[in-house]
Amino acid sequence: MWAFIHKLGSPKWFYTISAKLQPWFWAAAVLLLVVGSLWGLAFAPADYQQGNSFRIIYVHVPAAFLAQSIFISMAVSGLVFMVWKIKVADMAAAVMAPLGAAMTFVALFSGAVWGVPTWGTWWMWDARLTSMLILLFLYLGVIALRGAFTSRDSASRAASVLAMVGVINIPIIKYSVDWWYTLHQPASFTLTSRPAMPTEMWLPLVIMVLGFYSFFIALTLMRTRSEILRREANKRWVQDLVKGQVEETR
Amino acid sequence: MIAVKATLVRDLTLLLRRRGEVLNPLVFFALVITLFPIAISPDPELLAVIAPGLLWVAALLAALLSLDSLFRSDYDDGSLEQLLLAPQPLAALSLAKVAVHWLLTGLPLALMAPVLGIMLALPAGSYAILALSLALGTASLSLIGAIGAALTVGLARGGVLLSLLVLPLYIPVLIFGAGAVQAAILGDGVAAHLAILGALLAASLMLAPWAIAASLRISING
Repeated sequence: MWAFIHKLGSPKWFYTISAKLQPWFWAAAVLLLVVGSLWGLAFAPADYQQGNSFRIIYVHVPAAFLAQSIFISMAVSGLVFMVWKIKVADMAAAVMAPLGAAMTFVALFSGAVWGVPTWGTWWMWDARLTSMLILLFLYLGVIALRGAFTSRDSASRAASVLAMVGVINIPIIKYSVDWWYTLHQPASFTLTSRPAMPTEMWLPLVIMVLGFYSFFIALTLMRTRSEILRREANKRWVQDLVKGQVEETR
Repeated sequence: MIAVKATLVRDLTLLLRRRGEVLNPLVFFALVITLFPIAISPDPELLAVIAPGLLWVAALLAALLSLDSLFRSDYDDGSLEQLLLAPQPLAALSLAKVAVHWLLTGLPLALMAPVLGIMLALPAGSYAILALSLALGTASLSLIGAIGAALTVGLARGGVLLSLLVLPLYIPVLIFGAGAVQAAILGDGVAAHLAILGALLAASLMLAPWAIAASLRISING
């Protein structure tokens, strides 16, 4: 058991195993995203109230899911790094942060675009929109903090602490924003009271969510691998690897 | 315990000798509040509506402004390293530092807020709640902000970064603090808001010192 965990922590081992895993996740991501978007955008029936504009859901909801899960996985990686000093965990956390920020932005932007036909406005101080915006600021804080340190080790540890502090605060922020929103008399339309979706609308959404997750995993694996190569550039095994590849191309 | 008390006394003495640093947030608070009637409207009815939010936001920014100096001078002259080397737990010692910070920024801000409330035509009956909610809330703000201050103390230009890190975490305190004052104006019960402010304070009292200690270690060793 312990041997396994130690092996998992070694960048070299992670580099080898992720090379085997990566193609599977890429294949799953491409397959699911193509099927999901074709089904969702072309074949799912139009909503009887919102018409075709409801199809933004197939991008909006998966992005919003990912935005939250990436922050949690970033904080978990930070915890693993702080407790067991596993470097790979920190590399993964480092590459996840921009991805999470991008997903939060996609969720906010697609929400704004969706807001125009349904609410008649780009932005509403809705509870969910507000907490998503705060999440974006939390991501930007983690990225900025990591970039501000000159020493990589301090940057990693500081970003891990901030991610953990953030993850404790996310539910608190979420509930207080909900409370704040109920105090400020909301507008009469809400996102939640949409009629229950029929299966042919709901199934492509599930496929899209799974596709987004596979895409995230595949991209994280890929970016962690390049981060490994960058950080371990002066290690013997990386140099051997590069040498081998150079000779192959000759 | 003796070490905690010594840290408290030392920090209080140091800060009381540098009165400017204590006064600056208060002056900033008064100035920001002065800007709003000028920018929006001097109409008392309009001001009364937005006063709770304005007072809370301005006090929050004033507290934020004072955070950068929380560990700065100790970092510059090396006494922060001595604190880290001390046999006493760093979490307890940093809690003492945060307590001094609150005593000399949060508490004065809370006491000053009712005066500025009069200037913003804040409806009567909410002054005590304003001071109380600020006193409770700024304690959480000092604790949460100290995490950010500890993370950025080693950086040359940590000021703007500090606000980026800390402001999102301040939002729950702001919601319930300003909410308490709003509720007092409307005549609703304020107990729930104050209870949640107290709960936030209890949670940050419990968790923040550890995060502050860990962040200080990162900043010093890096």
